[in-house]
Amino acid sequence: MPAVSINHIIKTYGTKKQKVTALDDISFNVEKGELFGIIGPDGAGKTSLFRILTTLLLADSGTATVDGFDVVKDFASIRNRVGYMPGRFSLYQDLTVEENLEFFATIFKTSIEKNYELIKDIYVQIEPFKNRRAGKLSGGMKQKLALSCALIHSPTVLFLDEPTTGVDAVSRKEFWEMLRGLKAKGITILVSTPYMDEAGLCDRVALLQKGKILSINTPSGVVGEFKQPLMAVKSANMLPLLRELQQLDIVTDAYPFGEYHHAVMKNEEAAEELKKRINDTTNKDLVIKRTEANIEDCFISLMKNV
Amino acid sequence: MNSRYAITAEALTKQFGDFTAVDAISFEVNKGEIFGFLGANGAGKTTAMRMLCGLSMPSSGKATVAGFDVYKENEQIKRNIGYMSQKFSLYDDLTVRENMRFYGGIYGKSNAFIKEKTAFILDHLHLQEEADTLVRSLPLGWKQKLAFSVAVFHEPEIVFLDEPTGGVDPVTRREFWNMIYVAAAAGTTIFVTTHYMDEAEYCNRVSIMVDGRIEAMDSPAMLKQQYGAASMDEVFLQLARKAKRIDS
Repeated sequence: MPAVSINHIIKTYGTKKQKVTALDDISFNVEKGELFGIIGPDGAGKTSLFRILTTLLLADSGTATVDGFDVVKDFASIRNRVGYMPGRFSLYQDLTVEENLEFFATIFKTSIEKNYELIKDIYVQIEPFKNRRAGKLSGGMKQKLALSCALIHSPTVLFLDEPTTGVDAVSRKEFWEMLRGLKAKGITILVSTPYMDEAGLCDRVALLQKGKILSINTPSGVVGEFKQPLMAVKSANMLPLLRELQQLDIVTDAYPFGEYHHAVMKNEEAAEELKKRINDTTNKDLVIKRTEANIEDCFISLMKNV
Repeated sequence: MNSRYAITAEALTKQFGDFTAVDAISFEVNKGEIFGFLGANGAGKTTAMRMLCGLSMPSSGKATVAGFDVYKENEQIKRNIGYMSQKFSLYDDLTVRENMRFYGGIYGKSNAFIKEKTAFILDHLHLQEEADTLVRSLPLGWKQKLAFSVAVFHEPEIVFLDEPTGGVDPVTRREFWNMIYVAAAAGTTIFVTTHYMDEAEYCNRVSIMVDGRIEAMDSPAMLKQQYGAASMDEVFLQLARKAKRIDS
């Protein structure tokens, strides 16, 4: 039995005249113990999906189970066994760190002591501030408290909705290390993120855009689906270089990619030919090299081919 | 303003009680430059930006923005800069056209100017059909691009962009940077913060703040060389890991 099973879920908002389809016939499974990433920009449907799975929102049609329980019929059982960390900080700002944790433990008829082992690695980092009100914590500490509260009843499945949005690169890395630790304890984790570079840290990912799944695979599997040759190109004159690449008939697509531009080539011959086709007198310090696609290249390619 | 600098800061400091949020930062931003202002959460970026936008009085030090003094001429500063953030940009319950009319009016632009500029932007963004649509019902990608156009509607010398691309899809993110490039090429100075390290590469120069100080400042190429790093992500991690302040 998969930890999460989603079958043909459709969710729309708005009136008949102005209908927005947040989730457009979504189906997939998440296996027990998996660290599963839902990667997509704002408006892709990530939060709607999480709210349906945590029984906070009803789908228009389709079915879903969490831990074998139906999200509609068995909502009470699901609420007892999942942990949910919403995108927006939702703890009680006027309670202290410790009070918040105690509150959530009590609601789930358990105690901090009983499940301390599970949250220990995370909670020790904020324990020195346990008498501080949650509203007075820094962003990083709030995040750790929210995660501790979502874990205090020892859930089997953990839903984390954009835990790293607006968080700097260092704190993001630390957060993902915490998730690997939780996974090692056997918890199934569904995590959503708009940051493409975090996909590589998941066991499997679903790329979501405008309510549709573009691809669902292991990170290396997603990258493996990218079949066209990819070239990294840079020169001292990046903006004109980009325009030049975009106009070449042997290039399917060209876009900035950090230090380099990435050029998706029509085929192998095109990749060979690129050197000859770029003007190296106007482009000082020209560098052209073969490169491997990453998740972001795949996302761009899938988005444009929909 | 006869200087080549759009922004100058000299030992600019902000203290809250005994906490020094911004600790004597000094830097210049050239006119027409794309300047990336990076730092970990809690490093002091927002506080520094608020001082430069004329919204917060420094505790000590000097700074000028568009040639105006941050202490005495903060009202002139507000008139001569543009500002956009991911969190606040446009009014959802106004139409595309009304948002432009509103911002143009706030900045004291004439009706003729507003009319002409509105037509130009609608045309440029291919938004003619949506001119009378509420901003609320625009796709996020369009909203962000419109927000940038509105931030530079009054043709400011400098525009401050606070995480303008957070949560935006990778295609729109690149279209957005294309707009930044075009504005910079036309002479607008761009002061931008971001958590996307690939975007740091698109800046002419970047500064990296750690614990209220500017720890490094140079072109991305020079910074990578200096720190023996393959990417800006590595440079950032090396510096940000030194942070002593508790914000993790």
